[in-house]
Amino acid sequence: MFVRIFLLSLFFLISVTPLSAATLADYTFEDAQKAADFRNVIEEMRCLVCQNESLAGSNAELAVDLRNEIFDMMTAGQDKDDVIQFMVARYGDFVLYDPPMKPSTYPLWFGPLFLLLIGAVLLIRALRKKSVAQETELSDNEQQRLDTLLKQPSDSKDAKK
Amino acid sequence: MSRYLRFLVPLAIFAVIAAFLFKGLDENYNPRAIPSPLIGKPVPEFSLPLLEQPDTQITNKDLLGKVYLLNVWATWCVSCRAEHETLVQLGRMNKVDIYGLNWKDDRVAAQAWLRQLGNPYAANIFDKKGRTAIDLGVYGAPETFLVDAQGIIRYKHAGPVSPDLIRDKILPMVAELKKKG
Repeated sequence: MFVRIFLLSLFFLISVTPLSAATLADYTFEDAQKAADFRNVIEEMRCLVCQNESLAGSNAELAVDLRNEIFDMMTAGQDKDDVIQFMVARYGDFVLYDPPMKPSTYPLWFGPLFLLLIGAVLLIRALRKKSVAQETELSDNEQQRLDTLLKQPSDSKDAKK
Repeated sequence: MSRYLRFLVPLAIFAVIAAFLFKGLDENYNPRAIPSPLIGKPVPEFSLPLLEQPDTQITNKDLLGKVYLLNVWATWCVSCRAEHETLVQLGRMNKVDIYGLNWKDDRVAAQAWLRQLGNPYAANIFDKKGRTAIDLGVYGAPETFLVDAQGIIRYKHAGPVSPDLIRDKILPMVAELKKKG
């Protein structure tokens, strides 16, 4: 039973993979540089429908339309920056997997660093407190008691258990 | 100081988490919503046929001079069906014109939909290729834009509009925009 399911899923995996590859192969450019730019730009764009997929990897209908649109723009002579401008004007910075540095994205860029700093401060404080606690001086009485305890033969300590 | 910190820090963390979770309870909150860069920008230029009359073109200029809602819908969109009754009710109030952008749809199916479920739209723009939808930054139906008399987009809602959203947000904005003229 399990073997059959495994083989069946393997079959589907094999049959699906070339299909999605074929959709991108439909876009052909005469200029190799243009082809590379096209590949790059659709890899860098987020699909709006399946928000964790790139425009290159998504099979959503809107992603297909946008790929076609970008392909048409680039074959008409527009470059990568034109495409990025076109997409950002319509869908905002959200489409970019590499968001630009500006006030609204500062939390995104500096947030992790900020959290790391907070962590570092807390860590240093905790370590300091610990070392202070260890250096606590014993009173004369306590020191004496400690010395006698340490001098006791070890077997007598075991016997106490 | 540090005695209080022991309680204040977890309390602060709890407050932040609670605030985010509370936000998630709002029925109009859509975690997939993307802020539109088109707010404050004019409706993109278009010239498309009407859904009802294939031979008649409608352009963005035809819609200038009035405050209106532009609702993106399609018969293949399940949430649009859920939303439709709310739009029909809004249409009956006669407070704002609703224009439809019928997105990548089948003309016959869309016309049948309106006959069957009621037609709250002043007119429907038939965007078969979805090119105008791309210019509007549409990424999923339904989406609703509020446009002022100068043709500037003032507000956008992604996902079905609810009666609450219409009462608390859309109609007050419409009233304000109409006052400005």
